[in-house]
Amino acid sequence: MIIAEKERVTLPQETHSGRTGTSDEGGGGSSTGIRRRRGTGAGSPERTRRRRSGPPGEPRNLAYLYILPAVAVFAVFIGLPLIRTATFSLYEWDGLGSSTWVGLANFQDVFTDPQLRGALTHALVLIGFYAVVPVTLGLLLAATMMRARQMPGLALFRVLIFLPQVVPMVVVGIAWRQIYQPEGPLNDLLRAVGLESVARPWLGDYTWALPSVGLVGTWVGTGLCFVLFLAGMAKIPRELYEAAKLDGAGAFREFFSITFPAVRGELAVALTLTVIAALKTFDLVYVMTSGGPGKETTVPSFEVYQRAFEFGQVGSAAALALVLTAMIFIVTLLVNRIGGRDDAAPGPARRAARKQEGR
Amino acid sequence: MISRSERVFNYAILIAFATIALYPVLLIVSTALSPDQIGDSGGLHFGNFADAWDQGRFGSYMGTSVTVAVLVVGMASIFSVMAGYAFGTMRFRGSEVIFYVILLGIMVPAEALVVALYFDLRSVGLTNTLVAIVMPQVAQSVAFGTFWMRAYFRSSSREVVEAARLDGAGHWRTLWRVLVPMGRPAITTMLVLMFMWTWNEFLIPLVMATSENLRTAPLGLAFFQGQYTAGTALLAAGATLVALPVIIVYLFLQRHFIRGMVEGAVK
Repeated sequence: MIIAEKERVTLPQETHSGRTGTSDEGGGGSSTGIRRRRGTGAGSPERTRRRRSGPPGEPRNLAYLYILPAVAVFAVFIGLPLIRTATFSLYEWDGLGSSTWVGLANFQDVFTDPQLRGALTHALVLIGFYAVVPVTLGLLLAATMMRARQMPGLALFRVLIFLPQVVPMVVVGIAWRQIYQPEGPLNDLLRAVGLESVARPWLGDYTWALPSVGLVGTWVGTGLCFVLFLAGMAKIPRELYEAAKLDGAGAFREFFSITFPAVRGELAVALTLTVIAALKTFDLVYVMTSGGPGKETTVPSFEVYQRAFEFGQVGSAAALALVLTAMIFIVTLLVNRIGGRDDAAPGPARRAARKQEGR
Repeated sequence: MISRSERVFNYAILIAFATIALYPVLLIVSTALSPDQIGDSGGLHFGNFADAWDQGRFGSYMGTSVTVAVLVVGMASIFSVMAGYAFGTMRFRGSEVIFYVILLGIMVPAEALVVALYFDLRSVGLTNTLVAIVMPQVAQSVAFGTFWMRAYFRSSSREVVEAARLDGAGHWRTLWRVLVPMGRPAITTMLVLMFMWTWNEFLIPLVMATSENLRTAPLGLAFFQGQYTAGTALLAAGATLVALPVIIVYLFLQRHFIRGMVEGAVK
């Protein structure tokens, strides 16, 4: 909140540069956030105080009319359903007949029912594939390429590498199902290089089905992480590396004392996006495996869907959905705490700006 | 500034990455152009797209998706601009609390909404309608959009607003005639993200649309796959059609996609 106030106070400075309105785009203050603090302090104290008390003559109650449509839609289609889901979670109900109050039993089930525990365990495995591997790969590759800032064609490569992020998951699932088919390209490749014994119907294999689904997550997430870290590293001043070199720092030291701390904000964004994607996996499982073979690839979202709409276990589905929501909240807050962000706001620039203030 | 071998190495990494990223996409496109039945002649079979469009009913699915996308993006963006304007430029009682509640709402997954929403909408006879497919997505997009637009309006120039006011423009006119045109880049990013999320959304239409004529494109594709496992060429043609609109928008406005996600657009 302190930050927010400061932002408001310093606003007049930037208006003197006369171009913020058009150059600053969304997300509040990426690069301009930094420029703002470097401002020469043109705003006089009186001016600042006047701004702080709000725009002059602004009819305040009007604001309620402006937020009314958004708040109404939000309340009816997010707030209310969430409360209703919480209510449902306390009952046993098959979706048609009468319901029975069961207290917190459905929540207890989430952690004791082997099938639900299995789904949660699978979600943890998927976090490894969706988040840990892409973030590590993205960091390493971006770091090795970092010195090449003006590479011709880099923009084109970035567009291609980022592409998996925008393709509908259902399409992604269909493409990869084809790759994993018994006579599909992956097995063809393995046979061609003499690894016939490794070739198998990947999605029908009890051991390999889950990693196969996970690998698709890796494919989707790696480009995002790579592009994120590349952008973050491009902002590191070169002088830092030159100074480090003079101090005799090797590549390893360089990475851990300069590069890594500088992209902590990007790391937070990357982890948030990829971990949430892992926890919310649904489309892929629905299209590729339907949870099988057996229950080997079932995940929380898929269990929620099946229980609520196929098995007539609405209460259990609601409880699991709430646990999933809580997990997403916790992950987001935790990751952003580590990344040093105040809220889920556009992070890196804001933190960079705060660092400037601290000096 | 960097050595030749390093440069070669860098390009090697980039090419490897790009190939892996593109391969599944190209695989689908090439499958879509292959003969559908064994014994068909070689060459490129563009007819598969026509077959998928008519026989596969992808024309109808795409139509539904367009309607849904227009409604969701249209409503969500207007509501978001209005709410963001209020949160970003006006001070009023409860603004902090309301804003942070909306911020939390961004994180609520659809899974936690659809269970209750389906049964409650069913009891008022609203399942299997556009309302049931569109409105939950409007709410989700509004949560993000409000947050996004507030950030823009906070950074927008006060002097411009005051100049507009001196010229006799009211708050409404200032918003739509001055601030919105000036904020086109921020708004474009928002629209593009909302469009992508809506077009690709699967769970909400899956739960809410029980009849075939309300199936969105990804949903139609998933059902098509379930029915015709053998017809891979038609399936791939359908998959290509479903992915095409997003990919086209992405190719033209890729900066906005990347920036939006880089700046932490969590959904």
